[in-house]
Amino acid sequence: MHYPPELKYTTEHEWARVQGNRVTVGITDYAQDALGDVVYVELPQPGARVIQGQPFGVVESVKSVSDLFAPVSGTVTEVNTPLPNNPDLINREPYGQGWMIVVEMEDPSQLGHLFTAQQYERHVQEFQG
Amino acid sequence: MAEPLGTTGLIFNEPLLFEQGAPGRRGYSLPACDVEAPPLDQLLPSHLVRKEIEDFPEVSEVEVVRHFTRMSQWNFAIDVGPYPLGSCTMKYNPKVNEEAARIPGFALAHPGQPDALSQGALRLMHELERFLADISGMDAVTLQPAAGAHGELAGMLMIRAYHIASDSVRTKVLVPDTAHGTNPASAALCGYKVVPIPTGERGYLRAERVASLVDDEVAAIMVTNPNTLGLFEEEIGEIAQVVHARGGLVYCDGANLNALLGIARPRSMGIDVLHFNLHKTFSTPHGGGGPGAGPVGVTRALAAFLPVPVIVKEGERFRQDYDRPRSIGRLRAFCGNFGMLVRAYSYILAYGPAGLREVAETAVLNANYLKERLKPYYHLPYDRPCMHECVFTDRRQGQHGVHTLDIAKRLMDFGIHPPTIYFPLVVQAALMIEPTETESREELDRIVEAFIRIAREAEVEPATVLEAPHHPKLSRLDEVRAARQPRLRWRRG
Amino acid sequence: MTHRYIPHSEGDRQALLEAIGCSSVEELFATIPAPFRVREPLQVGGPLSEAELLAHLEGLAAANAQVRSHTSFLGAGAYDHFIPSLVRHLAGRAEFYTAYTPYQPEISQGTLQAIFEFQTLICQLTGMDVANASLYDGASATAEAALMARRVTRRRKVFLARSLHPEYRQVVATYLAGAAGDLVEVPFRDGVTDGDWLEGHVDGETACVIVQSPNVFGGVEDLAPLADVAHRQGALLVAIVAEPISLGLLRPPGEQGADIVAGEGQGFGIPLSFGGPYLGFFATRDAHVRAMPGRLVGETVDREGRRGYVLTMATREQHIRREQATSNICTNEGLCALMAAIYLATMGKEGLREVARLNLNKAAYTRDRLGALPGFRLKFRAPTFNEFVLEPPAPPARLLERLEAERILGGVDLGRWYPELRPALLVCVTETHARADIDRLAEALGRLGRA
Repeated sequence: MHYPPELKYTTEHEWARVQGNRVTVGITDYAQDALGDVVYVELPQPGARVIQGQPFGVVESVKSVSDLFAPVSGTVTEVNTPLPNNPDLINREPYGQGWMIVVEMEDPSQLGHLFTAQQYERHVQEFQG
Repeated sequence: MAEPLGTTGLIFNEPLLFEQGAPGRRGYSLPACDVEAPPLDQLLPSHLVRKEIEDFPEVSEVEVVRHFTRMSQWNFAIDVGPYPLGSCTMKYNPKVNEEAARIPGFALAHPGQPDALSQGALRLMHELERFLADISGMDAVTLQPAAGAHGELAGMLMIRAYHIASDSVRTKVLVPDTAHGTNPASAALCGYKVVPIPTGERGYLRAERVASLVDDEVAAIMVTNPNTLGLFEEEIGEIAQVVHARGGLVYCDGANLNALLGIARPRSMGIDVLHFNLHKTFSTPHGGGGPGAGPVGVTRALAAFLPVPVIVKEGERFRQDYDRPRSIGRLRAFCGNFGMLVRAYSYILAYGPAGLREVAETAVLNANYLKERLKPYYHLPYDRPCMHECVFTDRRQGQHGVHTLDIAKRLMDFGIHPPTIYFPLVVQAALMIEPTETESREELDRIVEAFIRIAREAEVEPATVLEAPHHPKLSRLDEVRAARQPRLRWRRG
Repeated sequence: MTHRYIPHSEGDRQALLEAIGCSSVEELFATIPAPFRVREPLQVGGPLSEAELLAHLEGLAAANAQVRSHTSFLGAGAYDHFIPSLVRHLAGRAEFYTAYTPYQPEISQGTLQAIFEFQTLICQLTGMDVANASLYDGASATAEAALMARRVTRRRKVFLARSLHPEYRQVVATYLAGAAGDLVEVPFRDGVTDGDWLEGHVDGETACVIVQSPNVFGGVEDLAPLADVAHRQGALLVAIVAEPISLGLLRPPGEQGADIVAGEGQGFGIPLSFGGPYLGFFATRDAHVRAMPGRLVGETVDREGRRGYVLTMATREQHIRREQATSNICTNEGLCALMAAIYLATMGKEGLREVARLNLNKAAYTRDRLGALPGFRLKFRAPTFNEFVLEPPAPPARLLERLEAERILGGVDLGRWYPELRPALLVCVTETHARADIDRLAEALGRLGRA
């Protein structure tokens, strides 16, 4: 499993790439592996408001469904529009072409609630028991 | 090992209906029109009349017969071989029941004909209600629901109506984590918030745990007894007391009632509402996905809320009563899946009281036999005497890279239908095995031998298991592709 | 004692018990606390031998009227159509009817391909993009349509045509328990839905308008203008078909702007059986497929690239999504869907049209004959398919009883559901009626009407 050190992570297995107030969001390598082949993803429209810790979309494999949780609150400014037609990108490149949305962050202090890569890796290990 | 049940045989390829035939072929015959036939536009406005049905089949009678006969041969079925599909109770479906449902007085009776001319059907339904009431201990029964989940909806709506009638606002329903998915879905359909209850390490619900979750907001708990781990809910009596003490009711999913016929009555355990699956316990054929029937039994306190119509006996006459002001209403048109009711009624009468008890005893005996024989080879997470089914996992085979899905697929090669897999969810990679009472000792041994052989293959030649099935018409199907690029109908290509 | 359905001899039982290490079956039930144990025998009847069983059931069946013992003009949601012999023989193959839901596709391709064909046939008939593998019946399919429309539009109000089968309306009300205030009844005018009234009442909170065609009076609805009214307010039009044979002749609801087409498939080769099992069907547009209730079969390939079929998009369903599923349905009416597929394959493109035309012609002949009887008149002028409403000169209950004495089931007394229409008799005529049957009804009614 790969957890890029420059990213922030949620307990629900989303990653966040922070560039100023722009936060790009996707799901982690661990999450895509646990789901299996992703067959469907439902994303919000640009302009939608997302709230930290609240669902902003859905990702599905053949036999499971997971909500996607926003790492920070803010407004969706970009959506990876090719993704719903190519959900396999989430499996192939979870940190690259498999990105989901970009959020214009409202409150940078919320980043403090997120894991570092090291903390997240430990979280995953605990999760797997 | 004895020669396995599954072998090779000649089956046929068969294209889709839409890919065969030719314009002008016909499979039907109709009488000539013996009344005046005015031009169509005198009978219907032309903008409400359709053009031809595009791409609809044009095939002869012989082609229809070959088409569906060939396709039927691609199916596994209970009449072909052992079908130990956990929680589904795939028992033998007696042939005489099919005969019974086709008697013209049943098959050709119109649901709108007057009660006075439907006394046989109404008597049968009334007697079946009494039989189910006796078997379960419940006070009143409705036969209207078309399947188990439909029965759950009926039952939860009655529970909701009961609380509303007593001016009690309740918002939550407790559902154990071992429950069938229909339980939370039915509770949610009635507007309830579902609160999961962890089952814990013993494999049955602890009254203590339920007590910690139950409050005045809880409308009901939905239990399955025996539960989906195949275990009797030993603390069900205490659980019912705990829930009742806070004004809640106890719903029981009767999917696994086969283990209790003539042995124990759910009512005596404190159950307020129970649904029956006639297509499980009472042998009505599953039909490749239905029709079923899901009667519901309730206590006297809930009887006023039963769906309409209710069958009423007055002297020796029967009638359908629609005038039930507190009823939850209707769940479907007409009075139920009557054809399935005839079969279940016939099944109960064929067995009689002692026979039904023998059903439960034998089902439990067979499940325990499989459990004991397979225990040395497969991981058994809950090693306790089981009821009608037992649940194993792939933990040992997993060490060799062979998983539950692979084991399931390999069983097909031996002529055994796979067990229910990956359910209940609380067991990692479950293999849930329910032989039922209608498998002979030889068939049980064939199941055992196939499982043992697969366990050995997992160690010495895992590829054989991983590439299974080898015998069926098709190898493993690509479900990811089916979901990513949905093709849900044929279109001219 | 050993029963014929249980293969074990006493010796087999002993051998199994020995292998388990138990001395008696009783020990296996030790986990059931004593107070719950049944001590006395059950009170059910039996046991009966097969011959006794059949004799008993024949006796019960003989106490029922049926559509061959009587000349029946009953319809109202359950229709007597001729069923070709092969439907029973093919659906009676044990490989079909003794199989479970096709969860293991490699050994269930027969059921899966048949359902895929059924889904296609329903799409072709209704003019829709996608159809599911079946629901319980027409009434519950209507309720599922209402729930789906509320999900899709995120609105609450459901407009139900009063000309929708009353039992279907009752089922919608049951399924929407707690939201009774969201149901609005749309009046009819001259036997069809009142479009002007609808125009004035559908609003921005409306999830859907549900209309049946042919409706419960037999009236053929003009759906396109109703669809326009719904769509102008962002609501869906749900078209319900209770008599599916009509689809052989009538313009498909999908071509008239329906967003969901649902209904009852019993007319497609499924016996009357005193009300069930029947066949709910459900079709919609591609855009709404993820909000659909029920199972779906899809096409795919196996590891060698050969075409095959699987249950798909199951994440909508209860076994995966549990309390967030699109419906709680699990077991549906698979065998009835198979019967419908066999029936439709047999009738084919020409046969379905021809049988629909026979229904139309015979019903028109009957309507003209009965409407011209002294003292009788037709209640509505709207075009009808194979049912129509007759206003008799005497209370229908009395007429029907007298007809019964002549072994005629003369129709359904609508007064029970529509007090405002009394006296009103709903008469259904299909291809099973010979002209002589119709003439006999006309003669009897003419005579009884004068009395």
